[in-house]
Amino acid sequence: MRDKLNVATASRRTVLAGIGASLGAGLGSLIVVRPAGATPQAMAAAIRQITGGAEAKPGRIKLDVPPLVENGNSVTTTVRVESPLTPTDFVKAIHVLTEKNPQPNVISVKMSPRAGKAEFQTRIRLADSQQVVAICEMSDGSFWSDKVDVILTLSACLEDPV
Amino acid sequence: MAAARTLINVPPKAKRGDVITIRALISHVMENGFRHNNMGEPIPRDIITSFVCSYNDEPIFEATLYPAISANPFLTFYTVATDSGTITFKWSGDNGFAQEATAKITVE
Repeated sequence: MRDKLNVATASRRTVLAGIGASLGAGLGSLIVVRPAGATPQAMAAAIRQITGGAEAKPGRIKLDVPPLVENGNSVTTTVRVESPLTPTDFVKAIHVLTEKNPQPNVISVKMSPRAGKAEFQTRIRLADSQQVVAICEMSDGSFWSDKVDVILTLSACLEDPV
Repeated sequence: MAAARTLINVPPKAKRGDVITIRALISHVMENGFRHNNMGEPIPRDIITSFVCSYNDEPIFEATLYPAISANPFLTFYTVATDSGTITFKWSGDNGFAQEATAKITVE
């Protein structure tokens, strides 16, 4: 009787342990399967590479991304910069970066004084709810930035084709 | 490589000094290189990496694209109408991808 009970408990234990192990393995494989994305550190490093260590002050640039996005595969993004666009005072470059996409860079644009309007629009991919950052470089060497927090319901970039 | 379809929007006529809107769309998968097929093998990256728009051979807008640009890259930007002439659009990317398109503009 006692033996039987032992066997019973032992088997229950084994079963439980088995379930636990498989759950653990499942979780483990989930974590392993997910590709390593860019981190806020990677974004900070990419920003440093753009600015060369100079500080990007907030202002002058406006990043327009919807705060709530349903589909990360195509997010309409507008960047505009306040600048007189004269041959001596113009926008040299605009960069868009993300915090949690597999790569921090999204787009880098070179502008000239004859742009007429320092603004552009494109469609970007977002892999996760995250912060999107735009940085502009002025002809006088100053950097300005703007950031937007975006909430996403369907991720892009990492999903596999159906 | 088969030619990709492009869609360009440039106003055919403009007044000198006007700011004109230019829209450029190209059909391209922009495969980002982070996805896997149903066998679990990684799908190699195939994206457009660079776009240049020139107004009478003078570059007015240059963009470096990364995998985070949506399929069928669409760009809207602006320029000042200075002279009548040709606006040239050039896309280039992975696997020797190259595509060109032109549009005419008359400036009065």
